Amino acid sequence: MQKIIKDAQIVNDNWHLLANDISLENIANCDDVIVPFALWQEHKQLLQKRDGQTAVWLDSSQEIEELADDLTTLPLIALEFPAFTDGRHYSSARILRDRYRYKGEIRAIGDVLKDQLFAMHRCGFNAFVVRADKDIENALLSLNDFTETYQGATDQPLPLFKRR
Amino acid sequence: MYIYDEYDQKIVDERVKQFRDQTNRYLAGDLTEDEYRPLRLQNGVYIQRYAPMLRIAVPYGLLSSKQLRKLASIARNYDKGYAHVSTRQNFQFNWPELEDIPDILAELATVQMHAIQTSGNCIRNTTTDQFAGVAKDEVIDPRAWCEIIRQWSTFHPEFHHLPRKFKIAVNGAQQDRAVIEVHDIGLEAIRNSQGELGFKVYVGGGLGRTPIIGSLINEFLPWPHLLTYLDAIVRVYNRYGRRDNKYKARIKILVKALTPEIFAEKVAAEWANAKDGPMTLTEAEVKRISSHFIAPAYKQLTDIDFNEIDQQHPGFARWRQQNTRPHKQTGYIAVTLSLKATATPPGDISDKQLDAAADLADQYSFGEARTTHQQNIVLADVEQNKLFELWQQMRELGFATPNIGMLTNIISCPGGDFCSLANAKSIPVAEAIQRRFDNLDYLFDIGELDLNISGCMNACSHHHIGHIGILGVDKKGQEFYQISLGGNTGYNTALGSVLGPSFAQEEIPDVIEKIIQFYLKQRHADERFIDTYQRLGMEPFKEHVYAKNN
Repeated sequence: MQKIIKDAQIVNDNWHLLANDISLENIANCDDVIVPFALWQEHKQLLQKRDGQTAVWLDSSQEIEELADDLTTLPLIALEFPAFTDGRHYSSARILRDRYRYKGEIRAIGDVLKDQLFAMHRCGFNAFVVRADKDIENALLSLNDFTETYQGATDQPLPLFKRR
Repeated sequence: MYIYDEYDQKIVDERVKQFRDQTNRYLAGDLTEDEYRPLRLQNGVYIQRYAPMLRIAVPYGLLSSKQLRKLASIARNYDKGYAHVSTRQNFQFNWPELEDIPDILAELATVQMHAIQTSGNCIRNTTTDQFAGVAKDEVIDPRAWCEIIRQWSTFHPEFHHLPRKFKIAVNGAQQDRAVIEVHDIGLEAIRNSQGELGFKVYVGGGLGRTPIIGSLINEFLPWPHLLTYLDAIVRVYNRYGRRDNKYKARIKILVKALTPEIFAEKVAAEWANAKDGPMTLTEAEVKRISSHFIAPAYKQLTDIDFNEIDQQHPGFARWRQQNTRPHKQTGYIAVTLSLKATATPPGDISDKQLDAAADLADQYSFGEARTTHQQNIVLADVEQNKLFELWQQMRELGFATPNIGMLTNIISCPGGDFCSLANAKSIPVAEAIQRRFDNLDYLFDIGELDLNISGCMNACSHHHIGHIGILGVDKKGQEFYQISLGGNTGYNTALGSVLGPSFAQEEIPDVIEKIIQFYLKQRHADERFIDTYQRLGMEPFKEHVYAKNN
């Protein structure tokens, strides 16, 4: 079973991430699945009638605002990094947490490497699927790269200047 | 100047540790070149033509003598004995070994310096007026605001991977010496009719291959909202800036594509969510930061009449006229150390000179110095009655070339001699021009003139805003140079226009000479080069330069 980092621990992952070409008929009834955004839009009601849980993933060009009405029904939202240098979803995560007060899991998927984890966590990600060829134990350590930060962000809304 | 407390120090120390780990992983093969690149760039490490280049942050150009001495020792121990002042007021070393860089950073951290975000697609060093705090035309001292922005932008978690680099400049004076209109964000401190402080916000300026003057998107942003508004701007850019083509990825392209009005609306909508939130600035914080930038312990002095010394020492008179500026404090004066001596690449400074500059700062300017975007160094708080003595020392040290504001104060990038992006060399072109105009009387007669040379269209030397700009271009593997005229800085920032077909390197001094002679012939009394150009336009200059028989 795939290992991921969740809430600062390495855990087994129960979710099945489904690719863009998945069709509704191919989704097992009992599985906990993360479906592509387009499929979710089209078959929301049917997906929610399954016995398994349903979550959604967004590619980096898809806007988080589009999910605004569904947030209460989604236990997990995965945000895809096509390349670790594509920073759009850092903003998506912050909007999810800060503006919509989303409380579920926000998971980073795709090109997720050790050196992004600290900033991602600050933006509201609490789960990371570290790229398979990298050492996840080592990646976990980077959540402690810094013990102080200047700006307010999702993890600590108060900037340092209000905590000094 | 701003002094780190335990929090600031901790962040910088932890950065050194993080970067050491990143570099070790790269050297051990655990990080590929592609994976390491953005990490090293965000820490100022380029792989250049011959060796790594390390760019060290000098926040808004302010340095202590202790920091200058540390830079001198790094130049000596890890480099070839010199450093370079960049147009972002930072210092660059051209010859460090990659393996040594974590140790260099550890040394820098001991004097509250670092290389954080001096490169890469993130928010870069915030720049400002080198005469901040001492200029007579100042509305406010911008340095506290630069420091507030520095802290906000340092490791901003959301903006580590922007579409492209992002540059902010702040100006607090009636004249703009920070060229804010060619920055991604330019901030101009102003007071409204009630005397309250706020900022005019310009967005989407920039040079490079698509030079654009910034658009004013907010006439008056009250100061408490500065950071939440900056967050909103950069968030809009992070989400909607183009990422498919790095040449179209700067915020200026987004602002242009959307129109400044629509861009401003998007920012306003984003800002509405964060306005008055936790990042809203407090009076206590502004006060805390500002307390680091209070005036030093000035003596009660009167202004000096330099007439007599000037008459005895024409060299001093000339230097004083050119390289010093009036000071808001009676009896004091601001002095620019020229790093533009002929035969030294513009902006280069040796380890010995760095140590000497530190000594001068201690002796004459409360232990502080500033770097300038024109690649010089300023001692801002010199007693007028010590000016002559200072000049004599500076002459010995090679700092007293009396050319600030003049043609030979060339802003130049390192060009093809060092930079792997360059299409052409810059340094020999600068030197050839300096040699051609080595007659001081002639230079003084020409008067105020900005000449900028960039070795490629990335425009590191801001050739678009030089009164005369020179751009290295590649034509079938050969180095050529395109001349532009009419660029200008300040609140009337203008982009230069191309004169015509480009020239070979050896032709450049002649071409510049022709331009200058035409100007001298055409000018009205007291008209600067840029004024004459603006009055006459490009055509007559063009005709003169390209005429067959002259």
